[in-house]
Amino acid sequence: MNQESFSQIFINAALVNNFVLAYFLGICPFLGVSGKINTAGKMGGAVTFVMLISSMCAYGIHAFLEAIDAPFLQLISYIVVIASTVQLVEMFVKKMSPALFQALGIFLPLITTNCAILGLALFQTNKGYDFFQSVTYAFGAGTGFTLALLLMAGLREQLDFAEVPKVIRGTVLTLVAAGILSLAFMGFSGLGS
Amino acid sequence: MNNEITKATAPNTTDEFIKGLWKENPVFVQVLGMCPVLAVSNTAVNALAMGLATAFVLIMSNSLVSMLRNFIPKEVRIASYILIIATFVTMIDYAIQAISVDLHKNLGAFISLIVVNCLILSRAEAFASKNTLTKSIMDALGMGLGFTLGLVSLGMVREILGSGSIFGIAILPDTFQEWVIMILPAGGFFTLAAWLLVFNLYKQKRNAL
Repeated sequence: MNQESFSQIFINAALVNNFVLAYFLGICPFLGVSGKINTAGKMGGAVTFVMLISSMCAYGIHAFLEAIDAPFLQLISYIVVIASTVQLVEMFVKKMSPALFQALGIFLPLITTNCAILGLALFQTNKGYDFFQSVTYAFGAGTGFTLALLLMAGLREQLDFAEVPKVIRGTVLTLVAAGILSLAFMGFSGLGS
Repeated sequence: MNNEITKATAPNTTDEFIKGLWKENPVFVQVLGMCPVLAVSNTAVNALAMGLATAFVLIMSNSLVSMLRNFIPKEVRIASYILIIATFVTMIDYAIQAISVDLHKNLGAFISLIVVNCLILSRAEAFASKNTLTKSIMDALGMGLGFTLGLVSLGMVREILGSGSIFGIAILPDTFQEWVIMILPAGGFFTLAAWLLVFNLYKQKRNAL
């Protein structure tokens, strides 16, 4: 069993080992949805929610699979749970806020194939976290993802007004900005250990 | 084999193969499946192993999806594709663990994360579910090799600059000051940006002609 305290886990997941900038998880929505601060924040919220639910489910599934001695089913059951959770969130968002549903577009169902969520479930299993540690980890990871998305959106809104050569516009410019952001996050290393 | 049929279909299937390698290269042109591309391309060996593992899953899932394309109901197709992909990923995960424990440790959770590689799902949905078995396999082969090519070209640049070696063999003299940043996450972003820039410049030059 892992002995890390809750604050350690949270700071670690949100800042030091930020899922997007240190582990490269969830790059697709990071590059795709980070155009506007507003959408980025809501996307972050949706991802955090799915992370919390799937982290709880993953904990239960892991315990069950240990009990019946079938670890090879782990990956398949995790992905099914995540896919169902995403479906649930999608229906919820569509009902509550059609405008947000429009804004997130294809990236909402694509949360299923967001590596950050499956990665979270796998990492918490590997690290041997107990239930409350897992939930803290999920919350930290979600916060970190939202933070990275918001920072990136802020940068990109500014970059829209910058005069850059045509060849660099688009993905190249975004990647360079992400690299610089990743460098900045390296400053957090050593924190919370 | 009927010669006329082979002749008629041959250019088609080769085209499916070539397009993944070059014109629709998953890494440089489509920019799909970026997470593993950036994460495990810190050395050329890791990149090659990851590329081949992904190519294997891609080929197997594409052929199975193509064979079952008339049996899978439309409503549950994405879920079925994911299950098919997850099965093959579990297989390759255990296979790599059996072949080399070190490699498995280096690649870490990223082998399992092949499941959520957008490239594989997008090929199943956009290509294999609509095309014949032969075409789907050719498509998967091209895309898989194109993906491996992209990964390795990224991994080589990062390994040469970051540790002065290539495939684990030192090629630069000891006096070379290693760019540690290339091994770190930020280096991945910068290297990919540089490659994309090269491709953009090439495209721009060709369009200008």
